[in-house]
Amino acid sequence: MIHFDNVSKCYPGSRDALSGVSFRIPTGQMTFLTGHSGAGKSTLLKLIALIERADRGQVIIDGTNLNRVSKRQIPQVRRKVGVIFQNHRLLMDRTVFDNVALPLVIAGYGHHEVRGRVRAALDKVSLLDKEQARPITLSGGEQQRVGIARAVVNKPPLLLADEPTGNLDPELSREIMILFQQFNQVGVTVLIASHDLDLIRQLRHPILTLKKGRLESAPGESAQ
Amino acid sequence: MRGATPRQRPAKTHRVMRPSASRVQSLPRLSPRIYFRNHARVLMATLGRLYRNPVNNLMTVMVIGIALALPGTLLVALDNLQRVTGGWEGGTRISVYLRTSVKDPVPLRAELSGWPEIETVDVIGSDQALEEFRRLSGFGDALDTLKENPLPNVLVLTPSANHSSPEAGEALLQRLQKLPQVDLAQLDLEWLKRLSAMMELGRQIVLAIGTLLGVGVLLIVGNTIRLEIENRREEIEVTKLVGGTNGFIRRPFLYMGCGHGLIGALIAWTLVNLATWQLSEPVQRLAGLYAGSFQLHAAGVTSGMLLLAAGTGLGLVGSWLAVGRHLGAIEPV
Repeated sequence: MIHFDNVSKCYPGSRDALSGVSFRIPTGQMTFLTGHSGAGKSTLLKLIALIERADRGQVIIDGTNLNRVSKRQIPQVRRKVGVIFQNHRLLMDRTVFDNVALPLVIAGYGHHEVRGRVRAALDKVSLLDKEQARPITLSGGEQQRVGIARAVVNKPPLLLADEPTGNLDPELSREIMILFQQFNQVGVTVLIASHDLDLIRQLRHPILTLKKGRLESAPGESAQ
Repeated sequence: MRGATPRQRPAKTHRVMRPSASRVQSLPRLSPRIYFRNHARVLMATLGRLYRNPVNNLMTVMVIGIALALPGTLLVALDNLQRVTGGWEGGTRISVYLRTSVKDPVPLRAELSGWPEIETVDVIGSDQALEEFRRLSGFGDALDTLKENPLPNVLVLTPSANHSSPEAGEALLQRLQKLPQVDLAQLDLEWLKRLSAMMELGRQIVLAIGTLLGVGVLLIVGNTIRLEIENRREEIEVTKLVGGTNGFIRRPFLYMGCGHGLIGALIAWTLVNLATWQLSEPVQRLAGLYAGSFQLHAAGVTSGMLLLAAGTGLGLVGSWLAVGRHLGAIEPV
């Protein structure tokens, strides 16, 4: 599902954010990506979501070489990738329902289908009773769950999460991770960047560790 | 580096890569139903947005309305002037003043009616002319002291269509002048030429003012949309992140620009009609003083439609320019 081949990324005026990163994540696997802040976790996820482009090497997602994706084709790739952000990136002037519905509206789904799918997604994250609330009135954990609902509502085969538990207490963090495990169990490939080592060690999934832009450990089948 | 990518791609890998590349071929064309659904959604959202933020939007549409109302009013004025002068411009007229010794104009009228150059002959009898003069000039008492009517009989001729050119008119004039009953034959062509030149000048001025104010409307809409894009930066980024196409993101801004233009044009149309309504009575009084009955015509349906189309079009173009300039610069980070 995700294949990095000798990928490097350099931001102007700083050292390489990623250098020579190679790994492979098979379809349907849940993987953690860890490392200190500034190790390149976010950059790696941004390359997959086409927010950034690799300077060298190839990023291949679900058989698509992202180097060959033109600007016009970016939306098509992004619709297959659900992204969850540490700061949620919810639209505060819209209801929870409208936030979650956004990917479906973009794809042009009909009114009834949008309603059904949004309800299902909100049900999955246990926020069905908050669908008409404004995100600003929700707690941090609830906002994160809205973000997750939005990421999964159009059933993408790949989920990315950038520090999804960054601001949450251990109990809530655990709940969020279990949620990701549930999506993973129905076949979704999940890649979660997190520095919460205690939590991710308990969960027994492959871990990729980045250090100063290089892949330090790629256990088991993830290595190449 | 992105620019260097194609060079690293030899021809033979191209074939190998093809299946994967074909997966990201641009988005499938939307069915008409989805297309209209998307547009209906944006329309509703735009109306909601206009409704929720009335003050800012009102300011914008008022400015657009006033900017469009000025050339609109001038156009209506020009249109009315044309109506007044239209009757004169259609056919040249020749006034034939008969000698005061000719008491009865009817035989000459009958004779002239037979001429092929002449379409119609109207008689303004000296008595009728005197009566009119008495009524309108305010010199009634002075006229009463005159023993006899000093005014001549007048025939007003309209040349037939194929004799209305200036040359033919001139020839006809010569011929009329030679008749023994005629004191003076006058062809009022010079001032008609001047009038039409002035009308043309007026039209050019309206065009120039209209163009300038049109550019103004473009800038107003462009600036409003630029601010709107700035305000909705987060929304644009998030929409791009979840796979929104540029068309999808552009659409609400174009609708907003069109909406501003359309409402602005409606305001302009209202202003123009208010102005004509307010002026109609003074104009009528003025026309009455000149012994005419002239009705000020408001902006008709056609010019109203033209105004609305111009407003909407300017709104669309203005927002398109703003979107083209500013939307591409917003990429999620």
